Amino acid sequence: MKQHNLIPHLFRTEFSKITAVLCKYLGVAHITAAEDIASETFLKALETWPYTGQPANPVGWLYAVARNKAKNHVQREKLFAEKIAPHLSEPATNAQENILDLSDKNIADSQLQMLFTICHPCLSTEAQIGLALRILCGFGIDEIASALLSNKETINKRLLRAKGKLRREQPAIALPPAAEINRRLSTVLRTLYLLYNEGYYSESNENILREGLCMEAMRLTQQLIDNDLTNCPEVNGLMALMCFQASRFAARKSATGTMVLYNDQDTALWDQQLIARGAYYLRQASTGNTLSKYHIEATIAYWHTHKLDSEEKWQNILQLFDLLLITDYSIIAALNRIYALAKVSGNQEAIQSALTLSLTDNQYYHTLLGELFTGTDNAAANAHFTKALLLAKTTHDKTIIRHKMERILA
Amino acid sequence: MNEFMLIFRHQDGGKIASPEQMQIWMKQTMEWIEGIAGQNKFVGGNGLQFDDSKVVRHNGVVTNGPFGEIKETLGGYVIVKADSVEEAVEFAKGSPVLQGDGNTVEVRKLAKGDGVH
Repeated sequence: MKQHNLIPHLFRTEFSKITAVLCKYLGVAHITAAEDIASETFLKALETWPYTGQPANPVGWLYAVARNKAKNHVQREKLFAEKIAPHLSEPATNAQENILDLSDKNIADSQLQMLFTICHPCLSTEAQIGLALRILCGFGIDEIASALLSNKETINKRLLRAKGKLRREQPAIALPPAAEINRRLSTVLRTLYLLYNEGYYSESNENILREGLCMEAMRLTQQLIDNDLTNCPEVNGLMALMCFQASRFAARKSATGTMVLYNDQDTALWDQQLIARGAYYLRQASTGNTLSKYHIEATIAYWHTHKLDSEEKWQNILQLFDLLLITDYSIIAALNRIYALAKVSGNQEAIQSALTLSLTDNQYYHTLLGELFTGTDNAAANAHFTKALLLAKTTHDKTIIRHKMERILA
Repeated sequence: MNEFMLIFRHQDGGKIASPEQMQIWMKQTMEWIEGIAGQNKFVGGNGLQFDDSKVVRHNGVVTNGPFGEIKETLGGYVIVKADSVEEAVEFAKGSPVLQGDGNTVEVRKLAKGDGVH
């Protein structure tokens, strides 16, 4: 009873490992059974460890229980298949009665294969992110709902539908054939990118949960890097981007838990180790002849890790945004490009360029114009901030806009 | 000094929490028990599993339990030493089981077999 020094997130980490191996073992049609077996394993620990003390080898203990439960499950299914449904054309489960293989190698292989299965093109991006959080990251329904700013019912329905779809489509839990791997990898990377962004840009006040999403996205990306078949330049580019962004986690948080914007951050809080890691992956990404949007965004993020505003910094960022708009146009990238343009060529030229976008129902468009007018035409600035305030949906955005309006008056 | 059994009753034993939540409960339960053991007042305890649970009825009918018509399930028990039921109740109040809506901890004095209970 003396040992309550449980490894942090032990259950969550082991849930994702056990579930991935079980999914592979039982087949894609039995994801729910895999989740249940994994959950029951921890329930058994909860019923035992507080009274007997934590076992000397907690992970080994959990695996022994999971193996046993898997064996019982397969036997029950077999009984069902033999006695009750002998006319079924397909066996109820394609699992063999061998022992569940929870070796490090099989865990890593199963997790990577499940990543591709979950990012199957038959599923919507939302469903992919939800399933990834549940199966690959071991989040509960409540935790997913609160990380994605949704509610339990919506998430539950989304996951049930996704699992139903996988049951019908029956994709193999395996890495795609070599010829297909690049195409399928792009879906996987998009899901990991969005998973990371959910954490990085989410409005949720739960910092720990938000950072958790980013860390999980990084861990899954690392799994792609660790396998020779999937260790492509784009994957390294994405990893570099994630490292650069994550380096500002501590600096983004104020003492009261509110968000500190880039310009106001204490650069001493930037994590230099993560910046160095990002630089490493960016070098790894610079092979071959593909230039993905992850390469470009990672390089933009790299320049943002430079503390000083130099002409070189903003010239580079501007050129990279030009490139990004050609590769993968988005409104946010277009607005960010104008911010860089202002830094390089001054506010007047940026205002002219912004006005041609004419995104009159976009709050970020008005916020940007408000900033560009501040100092030279405060009345125009105020008018744009007011429009932005009306369009803003979240408290967080509204606070930022009000803050900018107060700066005009000050 | 008497011995009291603290019996955990769960309103919703079938509901499975997230792994992270289960780990939090685990840690809290361990700390709670350590707090009692630290005063040398912990006698023993155990969790009750849902696997292989049956209910045997008076006419010999055996059903899969503990679920069925009963809403509450027994999750486990601990036995503590206490001078009074009030002291045992104070121990019970610290149980993480009570974080669950509708869950209860029943406090019962163990019969001593000396005819004076």
